[in-house]
Amino acid sequence: MSYPLRRLLVFPLVMLGVSVFVFIAIRLVPGDAITAMLGTESGLLTPAQREALTAYFGLDQNWFVQFWRWLSRVLQGDLGISTTYGKPVMTIILEHFPLTLELAVLSMLIAIGIGLPAGIFAATRKDKPSDMAVRVIAMVGQSTPGFVVGLLLIFVLSVGFGVLPQMGTFVPLTEGISRNLAQMILPALTLGTAFAAAVIRISRSAMLDILREDFVRTARSKGLSRRRVIWRHALPNALIPVVTLSGVEFGYLLGGAVLVEQIFALPGLGRVVLDAIQQRDYALVQGSVLFIAFNFMVVNLLVDLAYAALDPRIRFETK
Amino acid sequence: MTGLLSVRDLRVGFGAHPEDNEVVHGVSFDLGPGETLAIVGESGSGKSVTAMAINRLVDFGGGRITGGQIEFAAGDGSVSDLARAEENMLETIRGREIGMIFQEPMTSLNPVLTVGTQIEEVFRLQHGMTRADARIAAREALERVRIPDAARRLTYAPHQLSGGMLQRVMIAIALAGNPRLLIADEPTTALDVTIQAQILGLLAELKRDTDTGMIFITHDIGLVAGFADRVMVMQEGRVVEQGPLDRVLDAPEHPYTRHLLEAVPHFSDGKSARRDGARGGGARTALDVEGLSVRFPVRSGLLKRHSGNVHAVEGVSFDLMRGETLGIVGESGSGKSTTARAILGLETPARGRIETGDAGEAGRPVQMVFQNPNASLNPRLTVEQILAEPYIAVGRRIDADARARMAGLLERVELPQGSLARYPHEFSGGQRQRLCIARALMLNPSVLVLDEAVSALDVSVQARVLDLLVDLQKEFHLAYLFVTHDMAVVERIAHRIAVVFAGQIVEIGPTAEVLANPRHSYTRQLIAAVPSLERRHSAFSVDTSAIPSLVRPVGWEPAPVPWAEAGADHRFRAEG
Amino acid sequence: MMEFLRDIARHPSGRIGLIIVVAFVLAGALGEAGVTPYGPLVQDRIARLQAPSAAHWFGTDLFGRDVLSRLMVGISQSFIVSFSSVGVASAAGTLLGLSAAWYGGLWDGIVMRFMDVLLAFPAILLALLIIAIFGPSGWTSILAIAIVYTPIFTRVVRGPALSLKHRDFVDAARTFGSSRRYIMSRHLALNLVAPLTVQITLALAWALVTEAGLSFLGLGTQPPNASLGLMLSDARNLMEMAPWLLLVPAIALMLAVLGFNLLGDALRDILDPKTRRALA
Repeated sequence: MSYPLRRLLVFPLVMLGVSVFVFIAIRLVPGDAITAMLGTESGLLTPAQREALTAYFGLDQNWFVQFWRWLSRVLQGDLGISTTYGKPVMTIILEHFPLTLELAVLSMLIAIGIGLPAGIFAATRKDKPSDMAVRVIAMVGQSTPGFVVGLLLIFVLSVGFGVLPQMGTFVPLTEGISRNLAQMILPALTLGTAFAAAVIRISRSAMLDILREDFVRTARSKGLSRRRVIWRHALPNALIPVVTLSGVEFGYLLGGAVLVEQIFALPGLGRVVLDAIQQRDYALVQGSVLFIAFNFMVVNLLVDLAYAALDPRIRFETK
Repeated sequence: MTGLLSVRDLRVGFGAHPEDNEVVHGVSFDLGPGETLAIVGESGSGKSVTAMAINRLVDFGGGRITGGQIEFAAGDGSVSDLARAEENMLETIRGREIGMIFQEPMTSLNPVLTVGTQIEEVFRLQHGMTRADARIAAREALERVRIPDAARRLTYAPHQLSGGMLQRVMIAIALAGNPRLLIADEPTTALDVTIQAQILGLLAELKRDTDTGMIFITHDIGLVAGFADRVMVMQEGRVVEQGPLDRVLDAPEHPYTRHLLEAVPHFSDGKSARRDGARGGGARTALDVEGLSVRFPVRSGLLKRHSGNVHAVEGVSFDLMRGETLGIVGESGSGKSTTARAILGLETPARGRIETGDAGEAGRPVQMVFQNPNASLNPRLTVEQILAEPYIAVGRRIDADARARMAGLLERVELPQGSLARYPHEFSGGQRQRLCIARALMLNPSVLVLDEAVSALDVSVQARVLDLLVDLQKEFHLAYLFVTHDMAVVERIAHRIAVVFAGQIVEIGPTAEVLANPRHSYTRQLIAAVPSLERRHSAFSVDTSAIPSLVRPVGWEPAPVPWAEAGADHRFRAEG
Repeated sequence: MMEFLRDIARHPSGRIGLIIVVAFVLAGALGEAGVTPYGPLVQDRIARLQAPSAAHWFGTDLFGRDVLSRLMVGISQSFIVSFSSVGVASAAGTLLGLSAAWYGGLWDGIVMRFMDVLLAFPAILLALLIIAIFGPSGWTSILAIAIVYTPIFTRVVRGPALSLKHRDFVDAARTFGSSRRYIMSRHLALNLVAPLTVQITLALAWALVTEAGLSFLGLGTQPPNASLGLMLSDARNLMEMAPWLLLVPAIALMLAVLGFNLLGDALRDILDPKTRRALA
């Protein structure tokens, strides 16, 4: 059985594990959902009203029944009703996900656009001043937490240039590209910085390793130009770890960059999860966490497929 | 200059200060068109660095040419000094004028590109061919190196081909530019002996059919006797002797050349087999193996169903006396190492009986020495901890007696005083293997299984370790099960030989008898493939028959193959 | 051990990393011991929002508290959380990874599938879930970060352990009849020290960032106690008026993370036999 196919078969098993884990985790949260939803007003509920609400949200059944009902609905695309929003969880997720996706894509474009060329450039000039400079920048970039980058960016813009980042109501991409990008550029830069630093470091070291391989020596012995050795022979091999890293990072970003969304007041999926956890909105937490884990695993699966495309050893591996 | 290549006083150094870190100290030689020069030396002799200085690949490994000239006559008649050439100019020389083949075919091809792409690339670059023409040329190149079904093989990735196939692909790549000079750096060292013969056969054919000059680098002087014109012997970065093949082999002038020719095992069809045979009256049996089979399950499909078995070892029987060496000879995948591992309990036999003559003083009468001393010593333990392990394993205390035994054994295997507190990485490869031998002797075993125990060592180190093994055998009356692929080594150490092929013993008998008078076709094929000093100027045939698959369906049992007698104690499998 | 420290000190980035980490550990230890210029919680209504000066090297905050003193206490808090969580994660990961590799089969399957489930969550999300269950506090942060990092340590240990298991020296040990315990402790664990040390150092950097992030969100250390993340959060609305409130903890956090990253890189070079030779 080929490697990608095997990954595909493991996928539903891990998803089931993830859903059980989330389900149990949420129910370990102290306090009940009705009190959490209505706050002090819940004291005004008559026992009958409370019971009706509990039944409405399905909270009167035992965990096993609740899980089973929930899972069978999930499989039909129904993630339940949010207690705080009073709307279907799927609707809420789909409202907030485009922003998160856009942010993740922009950050990845920035990271790979800067990181990959810089990493290769540094590797081909190992130990020269330009390599040293790239390495120092990458090290500092990797050591600066994303939210600190965000705070510093805001600080430099507001104190240094008197410009305040656009934090008003969020404008979706479909309603105005330039206004949307103006809002997104700082958060994307913020997330892209550390990501780019990681891409630089991994592409540089992968490239250096590959350039020491025997087959690179063979390529040189054929009289290939320096450029062809690097781009045709070394790069496809060096891309493999870069793809892994990018996949993992992109997956994380799809989970919502909670801190950056908080700093830049962006209504992304990360904020939704954070609020839902604080509000003990069971259905919303379950639904969005499951959605995020699903995305994350889909990205990982795509990474595995990309591997197979890049590396015939994986494509044909049958063990 | 009249020849193809003229190297004068070549000096190469490494690192930031190459002058202070010189590894090649003034090497000079000449090579004419169609001539083959063999550069012979052990590791650290500078032979590979010298070769890679010629096409300046040495630059990419951190090396710098610090002096001398490398005059090379290109196809258009121009002569240039490659020692001073710019990288741009070198790119026009490499591949087109000078082709190269490396030691490790498995790692020398790009794993993510198809074999076809890697050959076509040369045709497109060096001959300006279109993609379609290059594809045709690549197919012809593969056919030229006798790769069957070439058109399909072009679409394969390197990991889908065997080592021998890959080395042929490498030769196809090196020849694609129609070079005037071919450099082959230990091109057969990583290959089995019959595969080696095929590669040597190809190179000899090339020499006969074209006027390509060749530099053949090897640690094995016997290997080049078949086809080299001239031999150059290197030691520690210097040329100690060079001259025509016959002169160097028959009348060596330098002591080091004589050492390589005499001290190092060379295959001689059983003439140098041991005469101190231990068989006969009163010999005690040390090990008796009867009908040993080892099978590895093959699982396939979604549910990992047990679909078949690899019959790695099938019905192997032999006995071994105290003081005697049985050589188990075969190529990779023949099951020789699996047999050894099964005797030590590292693999579980599917069936068969393994009995030892006595229980040994600690209940462990059989001990083992592995091929690679680097891998079989835990790098984080001191020598004392390493030697103590067998004692601790059988529940003995490390007391004054134990320490005395360690010190005594270290002295016996000729390791320096004060080794106990040191770590493995502080020793040379040969010393580490001696350490492994000392460790195996800690429990005073009666049988030592030596699994390719000298294969990873340099040839002259190999000779000294073999001498040590013979001395130890006499002193402790040890029985050796000596597993190896090296016919020259086994000829020197074994009293008896068992030839294994595809998991079975096909021939067994006294060493001199089996090697001088082989009866089974595989034994003959194996012996014919061994290069030797005596087989001079004789080319190997290019035989490309494949080894049969060892995977069988569940429940498959081999048909019993009758033994045929070929004299006292010499038996072989009858062939249909 | 001394030789090991000397190797680090000789490595260019190792030296810088070591100096930074030691400086932070000292500052944190002093903060923990209460040896700070001012009390970290002592408010001084008169000295509010003062810029850095001789009296207050890093200035004061909105309540007139000394920023340097709060920074020292904050460093101690952040370091305690990250060291404890990485300690727990590396111990648990080593145990799980080693046993999974050694016993294989069903146990390996169970352990690794469970780790797959944990790894299917983006790290911060998993930490948030755990905090949601147990309520925000320093202790919960330790637990959350430890759980997030355990699968990573498990993988870091299992991979090399699996390949060590098939190394010749383990086979040799089996031919002597060495016990499982001896093989695990002498041949596996001892050779895992190098990859573990590197991973622990890098994990410490990551744990510092996560702790700060959780505190920044108000889900880690709770006010009025000091932590780097809380200080950053407090500075958000005052950055124009009192930039030092932002810059001091931001630079401190960056430096601390940089220190561990540099040290981790140096350790990788020193402990990897491949690069070791190149350095010598």
